[in-house]
Amino acid sequence: MKKTVLNACHRRSGARMVDFGGWEMPLHYGSQIEEHHAVRRDAGMFDVSHMCAVDVAGRDAGVFLRRLLANNVERLKVPGKALYSAMLNQAGGVIDDLIVYYLDDRSYRVVVNAGTAEKDLDWMAARRDEWQLAVDITPRREGAGALAMIAVQGPHARQKVWQVLPECRAASEALKPFFAAVVGDHFIASTGYTGEDGYEITLPAARADGLWQALAAAGVRPCGLGARDTLRLEAGMNLYGQDMDETVSPLDAGLAWTVDLVSPRDFVGKAALLARPQQVRFLGLVLLDRGVLRAHQAVHTTHGDGEITSGSFSPTMQQSIALARLPLAAAIGDTVQVAVRDKRLAARVVKPSFVRNGNILV
Amino acid sequence: MNIPADLKYTRSHEWVRAEADGTVTVGISDHAQELLGDLVFIELPDIGRALAAEQEAAVVESVKAAADVYAPIAGTVIEVNQAAVDAPELVNQDAYGAWLFRMKPAAASDLDGLLDAAAYRQIVDAA
Repeated sequence: MKKTVLNACHRRSGARMVDFGGWEMPLHYGSQIEEHHAVRRDAGMFDVSHMCAVDVAGRDAGVFLRRLLANNVERLKVPGKALYSAMLNQAGGVIDDLIVYYLDDRSYRVVVNAGTAEKDLDWMAARRDEWQLAVDITPRREGAGALAMIAVQGPHARQKVWQVLPECRAASEALKPFFAAVVGDHFIASTGYTGEDGYEITLPAARADGLWQALAAAGVRPCGLGARDTLRLEAGMNLYGQDMDETVSPLDAGLAWTVDLVSPRDFVGKAALLARPQQVRFLGLVLLDRGVLRAHQAVHTTHGDGEITSGSFSPTMQQSIALARLPLAAAIGDTVQVAVRDKRLAARVVKPSFVRNGNILV
Repeated sequence: MNIPADLKYTRSHEWVRAEADGTVTVGISDHAQELLGDLVFIELPDIGRALAAEQEAAVVESVKAAADVYAPIAGTVIEVNQAAVDAPELVNQDAYGAWLFRMKPAAASDLDGLLDAAAYRQIVDAA
């Protein structure tokens, strides 16, 4: 199994380690629920060095990404601005979801998922070669120049990061949401996967352990991938491989807002999306009965059947919630029945953003 | 790993205590609660239900996963622990204190087929 540079550090902290897409990562350090609450109420940190930062640079970098991605990088005009996008195959299925940061006209950074990085890099290189564009594609996860990533999230995350990295304060304090600033060898982004304020900090791998220890000393709680999953679910954010994959259209995974079908720009998968419009609605469920919603459970509605793609227990709401593909006629406010073992449990259909900035929205 | 010597165990990680009155008390082992992580939901059998050995009797769910709890031996359910249903985290805090259900065994001799602490420890260590 692959290990991040912080692996020994996690083990020293008593982490329970699991296999996540071929990477040995912390699931929790004792209590997943306490880690979840730390991020909603104070500050927590995640080792996300298994994700892969990819530098896309060269004369044709912008042209390349405009053709490669479903969202339009032409919208990025200000250095540091970030964009969430799906990368599609010709059939319109999602190869991966990613964040692209605009640095300048010849330089972008793309951050892709851990388990999909190799396939993404192969796909990107193949398209670059097919289109004969002058672009260098450089993964920064291993070897010389390897980077580590630490996400610090929560209402007190900013203050605690500034306490540890005072030299980064001025640049990061000015960041609007979904921006990044480069300060020395730190790349600080106001992005995240929890629905809370905070930063994702990318830095040379050799310095990750020092930053992690300093953040811990400042009171930032180490959090595992377990809490990361319940936090992103509460925030209504998709997980690649669970809520969408290569067989799923972004239009059927609640990602229509990230797909640019308006501009005349062509991109991989566009023709397929135009030929096959949205088939299902991607919505949230709140369980009204006792129990726990899980992926793949069937959802029965008066308009037909659907399926849960992600489900768990919401520590913030103290009840079970889920993301689900439902018939197009399903509407927010409907009551539906979920097949849980030998029972049918009642759930309410909601907008798939359950909790943001500590507040319950549904 | 906490595996009390005075209890019996199953390969599916239930613990069983033989009570003086001939009934048995059933819960999940400390190893089981640790594997599952924070428990958030427990469903227990109806009182009076007759269970065969290894039949699904209860469900425990953590944030991460759902797991069935099996009847360690054949018998009838005579009591369930509502406190564990109301606060599933009690099982994380004290797996041997927070029992799940009690049974009247169909045959007292069935207990002899269960694992002792040493045999159960071997299973846990090998996992």
